[in-house]
Amino acid sequence: MFRTCDITGLKVDLNAEKLIKLNAVMAVVSLLVGVIAALLLVLTRWQVVHLLPVEWYYRILTLHGLNALIFWIVFFEIAGLYFGSTIVLNSRMSSSKFGWLSLILMVLGFLLVNSTILTGNADVLMTSYAPLQAHPVYYLGVILFAVGALIGVFLFFANLLIARRERTYGDSLPLFTFGLVAAAIIATLTLATGAIIYIPTLLWSLGIIKSIDAGVYKLIWWGLGHSSQQINVTAMIAVWYLGAFLTVGGTSINEKVSRFAFVFYVIGINVASAHHLLVDPGPSPAWKVFNTSYIMYIAVLASMIHAFAVPSAVESAQRRRGFTKGLFDWLKNAPWGNPAFSAVLLSIILFGFIGGVTGVVNGMEQTNIIVHNTLSIPGHFKGTVVGGTTLAFMGATYYLIPLVFRKRISFFGLAKVQPWVFGIGIAILAVSMYILGAFGVPRRHYDITFSGGPFTYTFNPAVDFFWVLFAVGGILAVIGALMWILVVVFSVFFGAPLRGPQDMQLQIASPPPPAKENHGFEAPGTLTLTLLFMGVFLIFLLLNWGWLAAMWEVK
Amino acid sequence: MALLPPEEGWYFKKVAKDEKMWITLALVVCLILFLWMIVWHIYGRQNPSFTTYRTTPQEFNALATAFMEKYKTGEMNGIPVVEPSPNGDVFLVAKMWRWEPVLVLKKGQEYRFHISSLDVLHGFSLQPVNMNFMVYPGYDYVLTFKPTSSGEFAIVCNEFCGIGHHMMIGKIIVKE
Repeated sequence: MFRTCDITGLKVDLNAEKLIKLNAVMAVVSLLVGVIAALLLVLTRWQVVHLLPVEWYYRILTLHGLNALIFWIVFFEIAGLYFGSTIVLNSRMSSSKFGWLSLILMVLGFLLVNSTILTGNADVLMTSYAPLQAHPVYYLGVILFAVGALIGVFLFFANLLIARRERTYGDSLPLFTFGLVAAAIIATLTLATGAIIYIPTLLWSLGIIKSIDAGVYKLIWWGLGHSSQQINVTAMIAVWYLGAFLTVGGTSINEKVSRFAFVFYVIGINVASAHHLLVDPGPSPAWKVFNTSYIMYIAVLASMIHAFAVPSAVESAQRRRGFTKGLFDWLKNAPWGNPAFSAVLLSIILFGFIGGVTGVVNGMEQTNIIVHNTLSIPGHFKGTVVGGTTLAFMGATYYLIPLVFRKRISFFGLAKVQPWVFGIGIAILAVSMYILGAFGVPRRHYDITFSGGPFTYTFNPAVDFFWVLFAVGGILAVIGALMWILVVVFSVFFGAPLRGPQDMQLQIASPPPPAKENHGFEAPGTLTLTLLFMGVFLIFLLLNWGWLAAMWEVK
Repeated sequence: MALLPPEEGWYFKKVAKDEKMWITLALVVCLILFLWMIVWHIYGRQNPSFTTYRTTPQEFNALATAFMEKYKTGEMNGIPVVEPSPNGDVFLVAKMWRWEPVLVLKKGQEYRFHISSLDVLHGFSLQPVNMNFMVYPGYDYVLTFKPTSSGEFAIVCNEFCGIGHHMMIGKIIVKE
């Protein structure tokens, strides 16, 4: 069963469309849970308010991690995988029965995990490091969710095979879908080699296995925990390319470069747990240094390649449209009123300047000593997975509402400012968390005045200022996320139906005129921006190595 | 093209000058990052050790108790205060929700720390120096520290270890 889209001209498989909608709805529900939890956490850790009692702090922290980092993102990614393998390819869903099975398992997992957490039976935080133990239903819920997601990933591959066999697209996959293939390969490896740890852990919680080695657990768990972030990065970058294409008609100035960079992600991340064992007993320096970098920090390199390729795609398209003056005329005249565009641009900036720069310091063996388990770590991944992935996905949704849900975007004025509120909030939050971590403030900690402890310790008084920033950034980000949820929910359930192309509020850019023969620089503005990025990156690295050199000696 | 198959001949299109410059620069930086970690192992003075012994909570507790009895000089808030001899072994026990003992060290001397947990994971976070390491049950992590500053230092637990996690704070005193 197909309908033909009167806006894009693409064939839309109605079964796929229904599954995309349902997965997207579950994603929004998960994000809402995660965001409410986030607000409670911000108001607890900022000890001027110190809202929650201690057991609820850790409970809500567990809830926040699972919903914001796992459920929201994975539901959205499954929706994205179906979209990229059917509608984009003019093709059909391989099996809607298995699509339903996948969805039911994931929803069941979502319900079991959240109810176990909220009834106080899984106060183990997202990582659930053994020997901390949760109720067996918690592990069962995670397993069901992972199996459901894995089925969704397999359906994606099956869809691709069908599209290939039925020749519904040209010789090569579109770049967006190609990026999703990379994400799906990483997802398969991640779920098969990382999530597997929940099986022995479930048996252990049932008393069938006597004990779980803490080191083995952590090694395997992070095969899930870290690699899954690489799925998010890869899917986010696919969305960046999609955004550049839809909003300004931008295409990679060199497709081969972009495609190889996606391949680098696949080969550059297979023993990702090494990033989390840098200051742990056990693994040797050779193992750690090799497995975090593969000699050349290949995943970092890939990100830096995309960081040039996406903005240069925008720049090149804009220049061909005639915005050729100076270095940044193309950027000034970009469609800033399109929330999908501003979301993608902010996502690139936040991911690079906050997530990327800090990630390298965290991921180098020795400088990890400075940051491990401090508030810098969540500060870092607020930059990657929230400012980067979440914001990019939010931007993509502004196209999903008219094209998949066939609704006009309600409160369009609100939608226009939403990426800015959310992005600026996350930027303030992430930076203040990273700085608090540099002062030694621990993550996952209820009370940094240590009340009830045998001793006490007072952090540098400067932290009080950064806690205020933390609260301001956190509350802004929560408002930004709620704005997005309001726009999405209202549009989807109560919005005016989209009757045709005349109702489109967001432009789908036509391809720019072909480039004139050009032997100079194709994207001088982008090059300037990336060089600026490199400068910031190197200064930040030097600062951290300087701090490290001033510490106690340790070997 | 993100939504369309790439144009004819995409694989053989030459990479633009600016993109080539950027990729080369990025590659060089990435290679230096890798080499730098090795260089720091040779010339740097802060490298996470990987000397680790298999142990059990019972065995580690016995070793630590013997160590504390041998070097004990007093007590502080119910926790033994221990002044080990420089260049020797030091045992630090992590358990819900205590660090034992309180250590009195001398600045500029080396100490071979053995750190392990008797129950769940804990995090050794030395403040305000801000050095952080993981502590496992069943693994005796050997870290040779040389304090280069004196005064009172706190050991904050920075790995979630249960409801009393925030009360888990220890002390190291470094004398000139």
